[in-house]
Parts: sequence; structure tokens; C-alpha cells
Amino acid sequence: MPKDGGIGASTKRREDLRFLTGNGRYTDDINLRGQAFAHFLRSDVAHGRINRIDTAAAAAMPGVLRVFTAADFAAVGGLPCGWCVTDKHGQPMREPKHPVLADGKVRHVGDPIAVVVAETYAQARDAAEAIVVDITELPAAINMKAALAPDAPLVHDDLPSNLCYDWGFVEDNKAAVDEAFRTAAHVTTLELVNNRLVANPMEPRVAVGDYDPWNDQHTLYTTSQNPHVIRLLMGAFVLGIPEHKLRVVAPDVGGGFGTKIFHYAEEAFCTFAAKQLKRPVKWTCSRSEAFMTDAHGRDHVTKIELALDKDNNFTAIRTETYANMGAYLSTFAPSVPTWLHGTLMAGNYRTPLIYVNVKAVFTNTVPVDAYRGAGRPEATFQLERVVDKAARELGVDPIELRRQNFIKPDQFPYQTPVAVVYDTGNYHATLDKLLEISDIAGFEARRADSARRGKLRGFGVAHYIEACGIAPSNLVGQLGARAGLYESATVRVNATGSISVYTGSHAHGQGHETSFAQVVAEMIGIDAKQIDIVHGDTANTPMGMGTYGSRSLAVGGSAIVKATNKIINKAKKIAAHLLEASEDDIELKDGKFSVAGTDKSVDWAGVTLAAYVPHNYPLENLEPGLEETAFYDPSNFTYPSGGYGCEVEVDPETGKVEIVAFSAADDFGNIVNPMIVEGQVQGGLAQGIGQALLESCVYDDNGQLLSGSYMDYAMPRADDLPMFKVDHSCNTPCTHNPLGVKGCGEAGAIGSPPAVVNAVIDALHRAGHTHVTHIDMPLTPARVWAAINGN
Amino acid sequence: MAKLTMTVNGRTLSADAEGRTLLSDFLRGGLGLTGTHVGCDTSQCGACVVHVDGQAVKSCSMLAHEAAGSTITTIEGMANADGSLSTLQQAFQDHHGLQCGFCTPGMVMSAAALLAENPKPTEAEVRHHLEGNICRCTGYHNIVKAVLAASGQDVSGVGIAAE
Repeated sequence: MPKDGGIGASTKRREDLRFLTGNGRYTDDINLRGQAFAHFLRSDVAHGRINRIDTAAAAAMPGVLRVFTAADFAAVGGLPCGWCVTDKHGQPMREPKHPVLADGKVRHVGDPIAVVVAETYAQARDAAEAIVVDITELPAAINMKAALAPDAPLVHDDLPSNLCYDWGFVEDNKAAVDEAFRTAAHVTTLELVNNRLVANPMEPRVAVGDYDPWNDQHTLYTTSQNPHVIRLLMGAFVLGIPEHKLRVVAPDVGGGFGTKIFHYAEEAFCTFAAKQLKRPVKWTCSRSEAFMTDAHGRDHVTKIELALDKDNNFTAIRTETYANMGAYLSTFAPSVPTWLHGTLMAGNYRTPLIYVNVKAVFTNTVPVDAYRGAGRPEATFQLERVVDKAARELGVDPIELRRQNFIKPDQFPYQTPVAVVYDTGNYHATLDKLLEISDIAGFEARRADSARRGKLRGFGVAHYIEACGIAPSNLVGQLGARAGLYESATVRVNATGSISVYTGSHAHGQGHETSFAQVVAEMIGIDAKQIDIVHGDTANTPMGMGTYGSRSLAVGGSAIVKATNKIINKAKKIAAHLLEASEDDIELKDGKFSVAGTDKSVDWAGVTLAAYVPHNYPLENLEPGLEETAFYDPSNFTYPSGGYGCEVEVDPETGKVEIVAFSAADDFGNIVNPMIVEGQVQGGLAQGIGQALLESCVYDDNGQLLSGSYMDYAMPRADDLPMFKVDHSCNTPCTHNPLGVKGCGEAGAIGSPPAVVNAVIDALHRAGHTHVTHIDMPLTPARVWAAINGN
Repeated sequence: MAKLTMTVNGRTLSADAEGRTLLSDFLRGGLGLTGTHVGCDTSQCGACVVHVDGQAVKSCSMLAHEAAGSTITTIEGMANADGSLSTLQQAFQDHHGLQCGFCTPGMVMSAAALLAENPKPTEAEVRHHLEGNICRCTGYHNIVKAVLAASGQDVSGVGIAAE
């Protein structure tokens, strides 16, 4: 049994105490003395030319301090894009300007036109209604394929078309892939939609800008997953504020799921306006506003083809995807349908030839960017659906077709045809474990019971791979990233032995304050209660890239290990001096330094005190103090994988799908806190099941957002979901990070949508509805009923 | 603007509020009790649930003036007198029933109201009762487990973990 507070223990989370008592400190809980309130007037049309904005009446309203429009931002840069994709002809993507406030044109419902800053929120809202905006509405580009037609309305007048890029990967493989399709014994083709989603962290975004003229110091409090990234992007590219004059604080953040990675206009506005008005300026997003301003996720339209030989071995995969960028390029948007998607198209299989084509399209909709999984759910969904469809066409068991084509346990490290090298994995083991915990043996009896009640029961499997722990900086630099993707840590040991760890990653629900402390406690052998994890403030943490892509433990945790090792090495030198022994003979165990083979020892606090009170200390060759910083840049991605099994009951009368059981067998490598890992999987499953059955972000043909609140956008609720069976015992540790961890944050959302859809198709086929080969998500009762009834 | 007085977590508190001020905004802005959260503007998410005269209420669905003179309990008033976590709060920690913590105050207040009415609910009853509280992090598994555990029921067989 692991020791409580050490690696492998389900240690209870320390952050819960403040959250359970109402003492969390979220951004909206911050109220600065003298703060004013901002309210954004937003476009209610998807596409239009701004003829005139008259703010005079609004400016004269009670409590109004100032009304801002694009004219106030003439000297300010646009919101930058952090990733430049190169198209299949070697040309850079098209990168239109993204102004802080709409300039000349509005390009989506929600595009900000003007901002009122007033003494109270109510006054700012009231005054915004008095702004007169004269807009000529233009035809909108909404449907991606229509948006690429020659006569389509242009989202950006200065671009030749709405195409952002046309990407081919691997372009050199294309001819060989086409040849494999010409000679295939069987080809399965599937056209599908990966539905547009809204991340919906429960805490809406908030920004509070503050400015201290006496020190020329800006501070931004914001709901961010990566405060250092915001500081760099906003400071260097938008407002021209050098880092030492700009502090960004992301305190307790109420969920992110990707959508709080990006730099948003409201952050730049509040920082800018605070200096202009010499008052703190606060903006709190309403949920309705969040639906039309938070970056959305997914929204791919894909055709995938799978070629098989006469023995049912996969020989090639070819895909064509249209990926929605929305009206502007959000911070990491171009990378999602390309490098986070194309590189995962091998899945768990030995398919030797793969070609992925992606056309990214500008439309008059909210920008689309990374949402939990980001590209990997899109890859997994199409692959696991087409494999299932192939099995049904060939009359073979979908589970056995997968097993036959899996990369074998002895083939690792495995070079895929889509650039990446999987270091470890055992897909056969996770599949076997999945079938065991799903009680597949008892399925027929359960199906018969359902049938007696008039219900159609089905079981579907999906096996996923993901690339996490992003990322090797030199690699992503070659791929177009404009940032490094290392992580940082400073370990500050205090004189009496307590430790403050400053991490560049950020927690917004993941429990880092508990799990990171477990890592350091295990390494030094002291009580985890002596260790604090500090994150979220650029003023005290080293430059780090933040939390997304299941990277925090694999990259951020590795930086902490590296810094802690530096601490231990120095502490051993101090101990050797105190014990009058050779450094090579010093052993650290359970917080005590001993001379090997003797009973001479000094405890942790004895060494730390000597470091700061260096009366008896080797000052001639060792500095006093005990504080170390490390930056860790991974040499490869990590590759979590697993098998998910979904059991459904379909009511043929109504088309309603009920998830009656859901099992997950994951390989996350080594695990620091099993309780937290299981919680991450359960939450991811709920989001994936939400995508499969409930959630969809819908625009009408004019670009009006039809799903703009929780009245219209179906969030999964407690009574939509079952208890989950989650297993993580089939672990193959990562070989290239010091903890052997792979990351667990996104798996649930990646693996579950195809498992759900496969289960529903299975239920329908077992009941004889074999004409149904695919249903697009979300599988609402109406869609399932229509599919059954041939509509 | 008019001065409002109400008893909140056992203390009599007063502050000014406009007629249109929602109870949720009054608690957060007027009284500085920021434990009550606002996660939507359509009374759907339940992050703002408090108890008004013993009833669980979404505080965004009520005007502050309607609550004048009422007895209110918020998440800040749920711990034991000595500051330790109540049985329900402790169950949320023990069973990892929260991640980001934003929906948590509303979840705890809703669950407390359920247990006051129905001290031994079934899993289905817990799920049905919490239908008005949205959580994006946990998938509800551990929230449901925590509420069942707080009611004194054995949850050791719920779901399976490795090992």
C-alpha cells in the first residue's frame, strides 16, 4: 500500500476544504477598490458592415465613465494566433486580423462592437441599450462547403476565399495510399459530422484589469488555464506592455476544458481600459454571452475510407475533413484539425498507409478551437466508427477485427505512418480488461431481458489513442507552433524544512495542489502537509505554458521532479558536510540523510536550517540557501490508450437511448493519485456521452445561434448518466519522463462518443434494423427514431 | 435603492439594493458572501442554490427584496459550529465529489435539502433531485456517491476501481 500523501495514494484533496465552505477565490470574487464595470455591446447579426456607431446618448447616461469603440484601439494590435499551419503546397495559412473590437465589419453573432464602462453593472447595461449602431446586414457564410463556393460571401474581404488552409498529411504518402485503395479487397466508406460543441466550464469567464500609475504596473485577473501565455500574447502582441510591467493572475478557476486557454478580447480590453480610466475595470461574462464568445469545439465534416485486404487486415486510411475555424483564428485553432488530429489517425492499429486532408474554413460563427481532447476525439470518432462499419459489412465481430489489427505488445516503440512514435502500450490487455469489467459474458441474458421489456439492447466498443504531454518544443516549432511547450517549476525550501513549489502549470479542477505535493513528498520522504503548491500568478511562478492537453503531470510534474532532484543533490552536499562524510555515501530515506553503513544521520530540517543559517557550512564551494528552478522539455508526446465499452437500451417506439452501463479500461502509465485519475475519467466520459447523445451547438442559415443558453443546449445532467466502471490496472509506464506518467484528462471525452454510437448501431442491428449504418451525433430520440423508420 | 435586512447564516445583515437586484447578486455583491456562485442566466445551472426559510431556492430566480426578512443559509453557513466540515461536506471530500469547485456550493445546498426531506434516498432519487444542478467536471458519479454516503449508505460497491 502506498503511504498516504505519497505516490500512488488516493490522498484526499486539500483544495476541497475551501471549495466546500464557500471560501474559494474565483476571479469574480475579486472586487478592487474603486472598480468600474464593463458591458460589451455585441453584434446580433452574423455578418454586416458597420456604417455608424453613435455613442453620445450612452455616454451621457447616469454612471457612465466612457464608451469605447474600435476607434479607441487604432494603435493596438489584433489578437494573435499561436500556430501557423503550412498548407499542402508549402504556403502559410491565411491569417486575418482579429481586432479587439469589431472594426468596419461584424463577423459573428457576439462580435463586440462597443463597450460601456460605468460605476455599476446595471448602469453599463442600461447605457449599452442607448448606443445606436447602423449595420448593413450581409449574407453570411455558415455551412462550410457552401462557404468555399466561388460566389460565397467573404468573411474577410481582404482574403481571396474563405479557405484558411488546405492541408495534406503525409503528402508524400498520397500516391501510395491511392494505390492501396485501388488494390484493396474491401473498402468501407463513412461520411460523418463531428458536432460542434461548447465547452461550458461552469464558471463563466471574468476579467479584472488594474493599473498602478506610480509603478506603471498592469495587473490582469482572469479565468485562464495559462496566465503566462496570456501575459506573453497580450503584452507582446496586443497592448505592447513588456512582461515586467504586466502581471497576470488566474486564481481559482472553475473549469476550463480548453476554452480558457485562449487569449480573449475582454482580457485585453479590461487591461487597456484600466489604464485609460485610472480605475480597475471588471467584466463578468453572462452564460448567454459565453455561448457567443467562448471558443467552440469540434465542428468537423469528414469522409473516411478504410481499405482492407482479403484477410481483413487494414491496408490504408484516407480522410477528407472540413474543419470550421469560425470568423477569426482563435489562439491555437489551426493546430487542432491538423497536428492534433492527423497524427492520431493510426489509432491503435498497424495500418501502414494513411493520408489525411483537412480544409479549414472561415465562417460567420464564433471561433472554434481546442475543447477537451482537441483533434484527438475527432480522429478517434471517425476511425472507431469506420472500423465498426467495416466489421458489419464483412460480417465479422467488431471486437475481433480490432484485435486482429492492433499494434502488438512486442512492436513498441511503434513508428506510425503519421509521424509519431508510440513509446509503450498494450491494447490487447486493455481490451481484455474492458470485456471483463463489462461482463460481456452476461450480455446475451441482459439483452433478452431488455427484449422482454420491448427495449433494444446493444454493446459498443471503441479503442482510443491520444498524444498528450505536449510537447517537444523543437518538434512543435517545426510544425508551426509559435510557442515552446516546456514546463517549469521552482522548489523553494524554507529554513525549517517546509516547501513551496511554484509551478508553471495551472489547476482548474485537476487537484494539482494535492497530487503535485504527493510527488515531492515521496521524493524527499516528508509529510505532504509540509509542501504547498503555488500556481496561477506570473509574479511568483516561473514562465510556464499552463495546463491543457493532459500535460500537467507529464510535463509540469517532470519539471517539479527535476527541480526537486536538484534540491536533493544540494541537500546531500550539505548533509555530507554536517556528517563529515563523503557526498557519495549520503542516502536520503524518509526525510533523513544517513551515511551508508553507519548510524550517523541528520534529518531534513537539520539540513534546511543549515542552508539558511550557514554557520557550519561549506561556503567555499556551496552557496547558502535551498531553492532550485527547472525547466522540462519532453522528448516525445505521451500516448495514453484504452478501451471503452458502452451498453445501451434503445426504445424503438420513441428512439430514446439510455446508457445502462459504461466501462473504461485505460492505460495512463504510472498513477500518482488514483482517486483523482478516476474522477478525470468519469468527467471526461460525461462530456463524451454528452456529445454523443445530447449536446449540439446549432446555427441557422443566417448565422443566428439557436443553442445560446442552457434552455437550448443540452448539458448532461445527473439523471442522464449511469455509474461508471473505471479501471486503470493495465499500465505500461511512459519511458521518457521521470514519473512514467501519460496523462488522463482527456481520455474519457475522446473514447466515449464512438463507443456510444457503436452501441446504438449494435442495438439496432441486433433487432434487424441493418439498414442503419450511421447516425450523426447527437443521437437524439428524433434522429434515432427516424433512422429506425428509414427517414 | 432601499435597505434590505435578512438573517444570513445566523447573522442579521443589511445592505442597499435596487428593486431589480437578484438575491444571488445581493448575497455576492451586497453582503460579500461570494461562496454562492452564478453559472448561468436562465436559472438552469443551480450553482446559486441557497436555503430561504428552509427551502432550497435558486437565488438567481428570486429578487433580493422578496427575501427581505427571511432566514437564509448559504454554503458559508454549512460547516459545523467548530468550523469542521459537516457530514455532507465531508462526504464530498471523501468521495471526490468536486473538482473545480464552482458548482459545489449549489450541489451541497441542493443535496442537503434532499437529505432533510428524504434521509435515505436511492441512487435514482439522488440523480433526479440533482437534475437542476449542472456539474461539468465530475460526471456526477462521485457526487451521487457522496450524497448516498452522507445518508449513511454503503457505497463501497458503487462503480469499480482498479486493484
